[in-house]
Amino acid sequence: MNIWNIARLAFLEARQRKLLWAVVLLGLAFLAVFGTGVYFMWRDVSQMSRGLARALEPINFFLLAGLYGVDFLVVMLAVLTSVDAIAGEITSGTIQTIATKPLRRWEIVIGKWLGLAAMLTVFAAVMSAALMAIVWAITGYTPRNPLSGVALIVLEGLIMLTLSILGGTRLSTLTNGVVVFMVWGLAFIAGWIEQIGAVLRNEAAVNVGIVVSLLAPSEAMWKRAAYLMQPSFLRELGLDATPFGAATAPSEAMVVYALLYTAVTLGVAVYWFQRRDL
Amino acid sequence: MPTLIETTALRKTFGTTVAVDGLTLAVGQGEVFGFLGPNGAGKTTTVKMLVGLVHPTAGDALVLGRRPGDPAVMGRIGFLPEHFRFPPWLTAADFLDVHSRLYGLPARERQTRISELLGRVGLADRARSRLGEFSKGMLQRVGLAQALLNDPALVFLDEPTSGLDPVGRHEVRDLIRELRAAGVTVFLNSHFLSEVEVTCDRVAIVKRGQVVRSGALDELTRVGLEVEIRAAGLTPELIAGLAQWGAVGEVQTVDHRPPTTSHDPLPGAPQSEIAIRDSQFADAVTRLTLSVASEEVIPAAAQWLVAGGAQLYSLAPRRLSLEELFMRVMAE
Repeated sequence: MNIWNIARLAFLEARQRKLLWAVVLLGLAFLAVFGTGVYFMWRDVSQMSRGLARALEPINFFLLAGLYGVDFLVVMLAVLTSVDAIAGEITSGTIQTIATKPLRRWEIVIGKWLGLAAMLTVFAAVMSAALMAIVWAITGYTPRNPLSGVALIVLEGLIMLTLSILGGTRLSTLTNGVVVFMVWGLAFIAGWIEQIGAVLRNEAAVNVGIVVSLLAPSEAMWKRAAYLMQPSFLRELGLDATPFGAATAPSEAMVVYALLYTAVTLGVAVYWFQRRDL
Repeated sequence: MPTLIETTALRKTFGTTVAVDGLTLAVGQGEVFGFLGPNGAGKTTTVKMLVGLVHPTAGDALVLGRRPGDPAVMGRIGFLPEHFRFPPWLTAADFLDVHSRLYGLPARERQTRISELLGRVGLADRARSRLGEFSKGMLQRVGLAQALLNDPALVFLDEPTSGLDPVGRHEVRDLIRELRAAGVTVFLNSHFLSEVEVTCDRVAIVKRGQVVRSGALDELTRVGLEVEIRAAGLTPELIAGLAQWGAVGEVQTVDHRPPTTSHDPLPGAPQSEIAIRDSQFADAVTRLTLSVASEEVIPAAAQWLVAGGAQLYSLAPRRLSLEELFMRVMAE
């Protein structure tokens, strides 16, 4: 019961601080720009290639670029909304009147996580669906595995959210934000090393990428999402190593690992928060 | 009287700093308990341990018979922290609504309870204002309302009047008295000694994390067995004769008229000058203190003075003000 009260408070905060409006309005702006771009691009491409089959590559590229934008926004929102959620309330003392109510400390952590995770999931799902709908309405194209793709984007957001909640139980807001974004940057560059390694058939580079991905499996989720959504023939033609696509995909095992990683990280966050003095 | 708070050798260290050092105390039901000490004495850390925010390094604490922080306990206590910042984006009513939900109050009860409490702390007309617009004093009132949402059996108030103007301080004092009248136990952290003096039944004075004095307020401020005598017509022989019952100290001639309660020199006024000026009068009233070995000798001493021709205006056990006691303890 108290989990929901804490989750509700996170939602209330986002609404009262006008965060929800900002996200909705700027999200609409993002979709409008994307839609305009697709519309003009499709006008040219459809004339040149006369048919969906030959236009697949540029459409896929454009859709994945849009989804990558959404993915990036999801990561940003995940971190920015949660980086202060626990650290800030400890610093300001707001947590003192909350943690002394008849509830367990884990309910505070899980409640905050649920509230933020729910908002993040809605954002990722609505934005991704809207992008796909825009592309479908203009070109008639739908990507493969849209549900799995969106689910992986959400999972990437949840990984970053959980890392940031974890950091908040130990670090100050500023340090937490820096640490979480640097971890994300590390995973990002590791993802690239892995991709380039795969194209060059350099096993060492691939392995470095995989090991770093284990530390923070965020970028790996996007790589798998892109891999699942892009048309399979691109891979056969060797055209899949684009900035937003993926030449090799992290395996299903990586997804299972990412789920466990998130659960364990959240567990450690609860443990740390329970142990610390407020 | 059941004990609501009991600590045994409670200790908390932060790194090498000892904040609370072997604190043992008990607070009974219905008491208003004053926890006094200078800044940094460990008062706030102690309260935080009692409400489960801070984990003790060693020792035991029981609040309402259970470990601090146990939800069953927390549902029956109220807490006003010393340093807090409430979410500035919430209105006063929404803030109290959030907290009453955390207490698990049903929806219908929430509404009536919130408006009742806002009225009680004088904020009925600001229910829809955001906390960000509130002054420090108003936030303190909202905090107090928040601590009373669940109709608690025990309330912890950590410096509840800091930031309040004299009117606000007075209102908090009245509120504490109301709580006592309603049978609520209050644990009051404060360094406003006057406030403790008028509200508390029992006090503990802490210094460097340890309780150095504790007990009922009148016991603590009664210094040994010291009697203050005011009388006129005291001859040196009469005064010397008092020595058979105890040690005479602080002989002062204060006035040639009978003293009234409002007649004491202003604090800080040079008493010696008054004494010198007034000592010319033969029937001057003299004030002296007599430290006696036992209460039983007091009637005999009084009789000695009266029989010797002195006019006895008053003879009373001397009390320290809490401030005097506090300063004395701090100087030890």
